[in-house]
Amino acid sequence: MPIVTDHLTLVYGEKTNLKTIALNDVSVKIDDGQFIGLIGHTGSGKTTFLQLISGLIKPKEGTVYLDGEDIFDRNFDTRVLRSKVGIVFQYPEHQLFEETVFKDVCFGPSNLGLEKKEVELRAYEALKMVGLDDNAFYQSPFDLSGGQKRRVAIAGVLAMKPKVMILDEPTAGLDPAGRKEILGLISKLQKEQNITIILVSHSMEDVAEYVERIIVINKGKIALDGTPKEVFGHSEELKSFGLALPQVTDAMIRLKNQGINVSTDVITINEAVQELSRVLR
Amino acid sequence: MFKDVTLGQYYQGDSLIHRMDPRVKLVGTVVYMVSLFLFSNYYCYALSAIFLLVVIILTKIPIIYMLRGLKAVLFLMVFTVVCNLFFTPGEPIFKFWILKLTMEGIQSAIYLMIRLTLLIVSASIMTLTTTPNQLTDGIEKLFKPLAIIKLPVHEIAMMMSIALRFIPILMEETDKIMKAQTARGARFDSKNIIVKIKCMIPILVPLFVSAFRRASDLALAMEARCYHGGDGRTKMKPLKYAGRDIAAYIIMFGYLGIIIALGLLRVFGIY
Ligand SMILES: Nc1ncnc2c1ncn2[C@@H]1O[C@H](COP(=O)(O)OP(=O)(O)OP(=O)(O)O)[C@@H](O)[C@H]1O
Ligand SMILES: [Mg+2]
Repeated sequence: MPIVTDHLTLVYGEKTNLKTIALNDVSVKIDDGQFIGLIGHTGSGKTTFLQLISGLIKPKEGTVYLDGEDIFDRNFDTRVLRSKVGIVFQYPEHQLFEETVFKDVCFGPSNLGLEKKEVELRAYEALKMVGLDDNAFYQSPFDLSGGQKRRVAIAGVLAMKPKVMILDEPTAGLDPAGRKEILGLISKLQKEQNITIILVSHSMEDVAEYVERIIVINKGKIALDGTPKEVFGHSEELKSFGLALPQVTDAMIRLKNQGINVSTDVITINEAVQELSRVLR
Repeated sequence: MFKDVTLGQYYQGDSLIHRMDPRVKLVGTVVYMVSLFLFSNYYCYALSAIFLLVVIILTKIPIIYMLRGLKAVLFLMVFTVVCNLFFTPGEPIFKFWILKLTMEGIQSAIYLMIRLTLLIVSASIMTLTTTPNQLTDGIEKLFKPLAIIKLPVHEIAMMMSIALRFIPILMEETDKIMKAQTARGARFDSKNIIVKIKCMIPILVPLFVSAFRRASDLALAMEARCYHGGDGRTKMKPLKYAGRDIAAYIIMFGYLGIIIALGLLRVFGIY
């Protein structure tokens, strides 16, 4: 399910005096099964990009191809799009509305026109996948804790069995344990079911740890695109975009400046431990 | 979908009219509206239109914005004009079924159209050049004397400003929730009314939940900062009349005076 964007441009408030070019001529290709991290300063256009590739807003110029088909074409079946591309918004728990958790998770798959049995099976599987307790299934979603709500909302999208899963800051406002669990879940999905993941995160550590490709957006344009090691090698550029390096990379650079001969392309804590023990030996 | 509503939308700018005290603009709008309904006289209307045009030019806002406000009430306008055309008693000049077109009808329809257009444009000018906050500040200050008869002026103004403040937030929220549910396959384009109402549930429930959440957060935040109503509360930017505001008052009442004079002269048949 490769996604190709072709010179995507989007302008908000075009006819007012508060015009914002949120996305400017973005062309990028996203291959099957990739785990992509999308980073950028606040207001750089990440959410806009995600909404465009999931067909929720229309571009001013350019288009998006899903599997070679133009998703903004009038003859394109939006139901196909919904079943293939799932998007989890920032604070997805704000979209819960049903009486019970289980019913809420059923909402997505039942909109795809599946049979009731299949819908319930998928809902059950999805809730199991996100690790929710059986006895929470028939509670009101509004009675759950923040982290639990978040999982229910993610399950609501998972139950639609998308091939591409887009997550806009899924860990915002969660405690460290909750963050690790959600990211672990996402990474597992990508590995076991070969789902393409596009993850927006403001945590460079999380991005460094989990993703295989980073796309950096700055002021509506793609500024950098590559493996985490490549992208974090451009420390000066990242700084000019208002982004930081993972803390360990930063630490390594400082050690190097102090005259300790460490390699600076270290981005995760594990790598840092190895590198330091190599140097200290 | 709410983009067309200009009434109640602020247009960022730094013109003379933008900087004017909101009280002047409030009083001015009321005076202007009164002036429109004092006399039915083309000379008066011409003067009113010129006056409005000058104000529009002073605001430096593209005129198209003012006219957009008209679009929102187009239906109402057409409706009243048609009613006036056909249901004003008088000498019929054209008859069809129960409808009869009268000279008086045409006359009053034209008057009405001019009045409504000027009225709406003048109201849009006020909302386009005044932020909701300034507006409620102005209202609070203007109605302050009514506190003597135990009218909770401050509370009403506070409620208004909170309500106004929340409109764009709730609109944004609605947009976000709609997108989220669309992504989960919800459709809002059904023709069937029952299906349509059912489709609203996934939007309305989260919207209400979030409105209540925001309301209680806000109440908590206000209490945490020792908000206890209007007594003894001072303003960070108290409203103070500047020279231009006094001048505006003089021009405004001068305008009203001329309208009255023009109208009366006509009534007494001087011209
Ligand atoms: N509905 C909208 N109407 C007008 N302008 C908008 C709208 N949504 C976003 N913008 C503007 O478009 C730009 C990009 O916004 P976007 O939400 O895509 O940023 P983002 O990268 O997701 O930021 P964040 O990290 O804060 O979520 C911003 O300047 C924002 O002000
Ligand atoms: Mg965003």
